[in-house]
Amino acid sequence: MFRWIVWRDLILAWRRRTDVLATLFFFVIVVSLYPLGIGPEVQLLRRIAPGVVWVAALLASMLSLGRLFGNDYQDGSLEQLLLTPQPVYLLVVGKVFGHWLVSEIPLIVIAPVVGLQFGLSENTLGIIVVSLLLGTPVLSLIGSIGAALTLGLRSANVLVAILVLPLYVPVLIFGAGAIEMSIGGLSAKPYLLLEAATLVLAMVFAPWATSAALRISVE
Amino acid sequence: MLEAVNLTCARGERRLFSGLNFSLPAGGLLQAFGPNGSGKTSLLRIICGLTAPAAGEVRWEGTNIRRLGEDYFAQIAYVGHQNGVKDELDPVENLRISCGVAGNTLSKPEAHAVLERVGLSKQKHLPARLLSAGQRRRLALSRLLASRARLWILDEPLASLDDDGATLARNLISEHLNNGGMAIVATHQEMGLSAGQMQRIEL
Repeated sequence: MFRWIVWRDLILAWRRRTDVLATLFFFVIVVSLYPLGIGPEVQLLRRIAPGVVWVAALLASMLSLGRLFGNDYQDGSLEQLLLTPQPVYLLVVGKVFGHWLVSEIPLIVIAPVVGLQFGLSENTLGIIVVSLLLGTPVLSLIGSIGAALTLGLRSANVLVAILVLPLYVPVLIFGAGAIEMSIGGLSAKPYLLLEAATLVLAMVFAPWATSAALRISVE
Repeated sequence: MLEAVNLTCARGERRLFSGLNFSLPAGGLLQAFGPNGSGKTSLLRIICGLTAPAAGEVRWEGTNIRRLGEDYFAQIAYVGHQNGVKDELDPVENLRISCGVAGNTLSKPEAHAVLERVGLSKQKHLPARLLSAGQRRRLALSRLLASRARLWILDEPLASLDDDGATLARNLISEHLNNGGMAIVATHQEMGLSAGQMQRIEL
């Protein structure tokens, strides 16, 4: 079932690839606005780079949350998915994984390229990729709770932001911290380990909370 | 066997029905009649396990469906008033993916055969967004044929179907009943179905 869910969401995303590209462009533009606005002061740019990259990643991942369950809810396929003889937990993990592949992997791939604008070293660009690799699954996992809770509500997008952004704060701090350490020439390992720990926690608890929220929203 | 014991359904402050009892044996058909807003869809959603009843319980082979969970879902197929059809996929993909997700893998030739049965063989490679409302309904009904469910739960199955489509739906249901399956159908009009074990509920 897991494979079918992931495969299904990948095909659907491919057939609506403009949505995915829009999120990616949003990320690229937000990150690029800072060097354009602040000017070519390398010292300052280096200082703000970690925060800018991570805040842009948070906002971009928020943008795509509406698609996680929203389309399936509207055309009735979500109730069909909930009525399959498989644990809802598995369904949620499959959908979140598909969402991560589609919405976050492109950001991770493009991040070192947009990071060049901040005058960062190769080593730091590598750390950006690793910190995003560890942190973005947490964004998808936590975001899925908000997306499931706000299904079918009128102002869902605003509500998701209010619900989910505060929960993203640990990921932001650890992720940006790792990049900052690397810029300062120190080891990013402690922060990366903290990110990994958050990921494990989110993997255990978020799908469970999302399953419960989905059941309530569909009722 | 499916049993409903003392089912009560409330939507907000309003009580839609209360103290509803029935039992449906193998090969049995239950038709729920009632005007719009009388609670037919709510009843079906309770029987599916999507909604919890305000009071009472639904039992499958004597056990509350809330406790059976996924074991119960393996026994039922639900076609609601939304078709659950993905616009971006063609009918073959729609059918194969919804079966695959339910753990019931369907090969391409099998999917083609099912779609031919419901009269969609010409449209099988057209994205579903180009299908008419009736054709989407046929696609939703094709899921029933592909599933191994014993209990079919159908919400206004004839909605937006043409005469041929309505006949097809009736034939599908009759065949399913003759094979020992069960069906619960909510409708506001006479379906013209006949089965050995037929019951009516007026909501």
